[in-house]
Amino acid sequence: MRSLLLLALLTASSAFAQPIRIGELNSYKVFPAFLEPYKKGMELAVEEINAAGGVLGRRLELVTRDDGGTPGDAVRVAEELITREKAHLLMGTFASHVGLAVANLANQRKVLFVASEPLTDKIVWENGNRYTFRLRPSTYMQTAMLIPEAAKLKKKRWAIVYPNYEYGQSATASFKRLLKQAQPEVEFVAEQAPPLGKIDAGAVVQALADARPEAIFSSLFAADLQRFVREGNTRGLFKGRAVFNLLAGEPEYLDTLKDETPEGWWVTGYPWSEIRTPAHQKFLAAYQARWKDYPRQGSVVGYAAVHSVANAIRRAGSTDTEKMVEALKGLEMPTPFGPIVWRALDHQSTMGAYVGQLARKGGRGVMVNWRFADGANFLPPFEEIRALRKD
Amino acid sequence: MSATSILLQFLNGLAGASALFLVAAGLSLIFGVTRIVNFAHGSLVMLGMYLAVALSEVVGFWWALPCAALAVAGLGALIESVLLRRLYRAPELLQLLATFALVLIIRDYALWQWGPEDLLGPRAPGMAGAVTIIGQPFPAYDLFLIAVGPAVLGALWLLLTRTRWGTLVRAATQDREMASALGVNQRLQFTSVFALGALLAGLGGALQLPREPATLKVDLAVVSDAFVVVVVGGLGSLPGAFVAALLIAEVKAFCIALGYSKLTLVVEFLIMALVLVLRPWGLMGRMPAPARGPAALEPPLAAPSPRVLAGLCTLLAALALVPLATTGFTLVLLTDMLVFALFAVSLHFISGPAGLHSFGHAAYFGLGAYGAGILALRIGAPMELSLATAPLLAGGGALLFGWFCVRLSGIYLAMLTLAFAQIAWSVAFQWDAVTGGSNGLIGIWPAPWLASKAAYFWLVLALACAAIALLWRALHSPFGYALRAARDSPLRADAIGIDARALQWAAFTVAGLFAGIAGALHAFSKGSISPESMAVARSVDGLVMVLLGGIQTLTGPLWGAALFTWLQDALARGFDYWRAAIGCVILALVLALPGGLGSLGGLLKRQGRA
Repeated sequence: MRSLLLLALLTASSAFAQPIRIGELNSYKVFPAFLEPYKKGMELAVEEINAAGGVLGRRLELVTRDDGGTPGDAVRVAEELITREKAHLLMGTFASHVGLAVANLANQRKVLFVASEPLTDKIVWENGNRYTFRLRPSTYMQTAMLIPEAAKLKKKRWAIVYPNYEYGQSATASFKRLLKQAQPEVEFVAEQAPPLGKIDAGAVVQALADARPEAIFSSLFAADLQRFVREGNTRGLFKGRAVFNLLAGEPEYLDTLKDETPEGWWVTGYPWSEIRTPAHQKFLAAYQARWKDYPRQGSVVGYAAVHSVANAIRRAGSTDTEKMVEALKGLEMPTPFGPIVWRALDHQSTMGAYVGQLARKGGRGVMVNWRFADGANFLPPFEEIRALRKD
Repeated sequence: MSATSILLQFLNGLAGASALFLVAAGLSLIFGVTRIVNFAHGSLVMLGMYLAVALSEVVGFWWALPCAALAVAGLGALIESVLLRRLYRAPELLQLLATFALVLIIRDYALWQWGPEDLLGPRAPGMAGAVTIIGQPFPAYDLFLIAVGPAVLGALWLLLTRTRWGTLVRAATQDREMASALGVNQRLQFTSVFALGALLAGLGGALQLPREPATLKVDLAVVSDAFVVVVVGGLGSLPGAFVAALLIAEVKAFCIALGYSKLTLVVEFLIMALVLVLRPWGLMGRMPAPARGPAALEPPLAAPSPRVLAGLCTLLAALALVPLATTGFTLVLLTDMLVFALFAVSLHFISGPAGLHSFGHAAYFGLGAYGAGILALRIGAPMELSLATAPLLAGGGALLFGWFCVRLSGIYLAMLTLAFAQIAWSVAFQWDAVTGGSNGLIGIWPAPWLASKAAYFWLVLALACAAIALLWRALHSPFGYALRAARDSPLRADAIGIDARALQWAAFTVAGLFAGIAGALHAFSKGSISPESMAVARSVDGLVMVLLGGIQTLTGPLWGAALFTWLQDALARGFDYWRAAIGCVILALVLALPGGLGSLGGLLKRQGRA
C-alpha cells in the first residue's frame, strides 16, 4: 500500500517534468516468439525505473512501434519516432538488415540508436558509426563461445548447415575461420544453406549424412531448427556425432522442441531456471511476479536494454544526444547476466551468453553442463576492430 | 553419391511432391471454376496445421486429420458464400484483394488464438520411427505421404469423371457462361468447389504435422509454391499439377543432394519461367477457349474532366505548400505516398488499360532502387546522376523480361512476371559483392542540397507528378488507345493493323521504367535498399493499391496508394493487431466500393443526379 502511495505521488510529481521518451521499434509481427517476451522485459524495466523515481527526476516513457520487418518501413517508423513522437533516442530492431538501415539513419540524423537485438557483426564493425550501440553478443561472439568445446573434441570432418542470409553466412564464416585457427587439420566436408524458414529438412539431413561428418555446426533456429531436429532424430543423423547449434538453448527455440530435444548438443542459450546469481534471482522474481510467466532470452535483452538507456542518461546528466553517446562509451552496469561494459572502441556491450549442452528432463528440453561465457573474452583484438571500423 | 542416397533423395522428393500436390490441387480446382486467384489458400493450409495440432491433443493424431480438414472446408464454404459471392460481378482481380485481406486477418487470428511460438505437432502414432531402406533409415511417415498424393489424385479423378457433380465442375472449368446457361446451379457449385479446395488445403496442412511445426509464416510461403505448381502443370489440369509438384520437389531434393542448396531459394521460379517460355500454357494445360464476343468489356477510360483537372492541380499546389507549414513526419509520410503513387500508377498503366496483369512489378521498383544504390555506392556517381540513370536499369530489365511476358496472357502472364521478379530478387539476395546480399546497400543519401526533408519532398513531388502526368497523357494518346484496343479485342486490333505484341512490349518497358523512377526515389529517401524492395510482398502491395483505387479508373491508383500507405502508418501505430485491422478496412472497402476509391466520384455524381 505504501509503495502504491509512493508511486502515485511520484507520478503526480513527475507529471510536471517532461518524460524521457525511448522510441522503440521492432518486428513484432514477424518474430513474435522472441519479441513478445522482449516487450515484457522492457515494460518491467520501465516500471521499475519509474517506481524508483525515474531518470533525472523525469519519468521514462516507452513508445513502441512495429517496424514491419523491412528496412524501408523501419526507416519511416524511426523518422516518425524522432519527429512526431519527439523520442530522445531510438532502440530496438531484430533482423540484421533492418538494424543496419536504422543505424545508418541514426548516423544521418545524429540520433542515438541502441540496437538491442540484431546479431550482425557489421552493425558495430564494418558499418559501425558514432551513434549506434549494440547490446547482445554478436554472431561472431556467440560463435567464438562454442569454439573451445568444438576444438576440444578433435573432430576432423565437419559439416555445416545454416539459414541462407547474413546471420547464417557470417556465423559459418566465423566458425570456419576460428576452428581452423584452433585446429588447423580440420576439414569441412559439406555445407548446406537452405532458405530461411523453408528448409527441406529430409533432403538436407540425407545430404549431411551422406557426407559422413564426425561433427556438425548449425546456426538454424525457429521453425527450421524444429524441422531439422525431427528429421535428424528420425533418420539417426545425430547418432554418434557431435552437434553444435547457435541459439538453440534459448527458451524461445528450445521450448518448442519438447521431447524431440536432441541430447548432448552444444548450444548457446539461457538456462533461466538454473541460474543462481543474485542479479538473476532478483530479475527472475520480479519478472515472474509481474507477468506470471518465465522469462525468455528476449525478456533479458529488453530488460537490459532499457536499463542501459536509463544508466546512460543518468551518466550523461541530460538527454542531449552527444552527451548520451559519450556517456554510453565505457559505461559499466549490472544486468541479469552479470556486469557489462559498453566498449568505447566499437560500441559493443560485453554482455555474455550461456554455453551448455541440451538434455531432456520431464518431456522438455533443458541446458546442462552450462557455463557463463563473458562476452568480453570472445571479441577479436582491438587492432582488428580498428581496421574494420571506418570512423 | 551412392545409389542408396540417390534412391533416398528421390523418395524425399516424392514425399515433398505429395504435400505440394494436395495444396496445389485445391487451388487449381478453385481457380478453374470460380476464376478466383485465392491468395488465402496458404492461410487455409496454415489453419489446417494449427487446428490439427490443437485437435490431436483431444482426439489423437489420426482423427485430427479429417476433423481439421473438415473444419477448414466449412470455413471455406463460409468465405465463399458470405464474402466472395458478392464479388463475382466486380471488376476482375477484385477477389484477389478480398482474399489478400483474409490473409491478413487469418494470420492475426492465428497469432491471437495460438500465440507467437511455433507449435511442433506430435509424430504419427504407428509411423513415428524410420524403416530401413537398403541399410539407411527413412521416415515411415514419409512413405505414407508418398502414397497419399497419388491416392488423392485418383480420388479426385474419379470424382471429376464419374459423378454428375464432377462433370458439371469440368463443364464450368471449360466454359463458365455456357454451363450457367444450361441451368447449372452456380451458387451451389461455387460453394461446394471452394469447400472442396479448402478441404484439400486443410488436409495438406494437417498432413505436414509430423514433418514440420505450425508457424505463422506458412501462409505466404505455401501459397506462392502452390501457384507455381498449378501454373507449371497447366491451369485446370490435376495430372499436370501432380507432374509439376513431382518435378519441382525432385529438382529441389537433388539441388540439395548435389550441394547446390542455395539454388533452392529460387529454383521453382526458374522452372516456372523456363516452362512458361517454352510451353505458354504449362506442361499439361490447354490453350484457353477464345473469348466469345465482346465479353466483359470495360467502359473506356474517360479523359479527366476540366473539373477533375482543376481539382488535381489544386491538390498539387496544396501539397507544394505543405513544407512551409511543417517539416516533420508529415513530409516523410507524404514522400512515401507519392513514391508509391507513382509505383501504383505505373502498375495500373499495364494492368488496367493494357490488360497485362503483373504480379511481379516490384522487380522494376527494386531494379531502380538497386541501380541508384549501386551507382552511388559502388561507382561513386553523384546522387543526381544516379537518380537520373537508375530507372534505365529498371527499363532495361522490363525490356528484357517483357519480351517473354507479352507472349502470354492472363494468369500465365502474371505468373511469368512473378517468376522474373523472384529471379531478380534472388540475384539481389545472393550477389553479395554488388548488391550487399540479404543486408542490401546501406548509406544511399541525397546530395546535400536535397538532404532536408522539405527539399527532398519537393523533388519527389515534382518528379512523381511529372511522371504520373506523362503516363496519363500516354494513356490518352494514340498509343494508349491502341493498347486498349489490343486488350479489348485482339482480333479486331490485329485486323486494323495494330501490332499488339510490340505495343504491349513497349508499354511493359515504359511501366518498368517509371516504376524504376519510384524505386530510385525510394532508395534516396530511406538511405538504404534491401532485397525486400523487390520481393513478392512489394508486388502485392502495388496490386492492392491499384485495386483499392479501382483498376478501371484513371486516378484511382493515386488514392489507393495514399490510403494504403496511410493505413499502414496509422493502424500500425494504434493497434497490436494492425494487420487484421488493415484487412478489415480493405474488406469493408471491397464490399462497399467494388469499383475502387476512384469510382467514388462517379457514384456520388450519379446519386446527385438521381
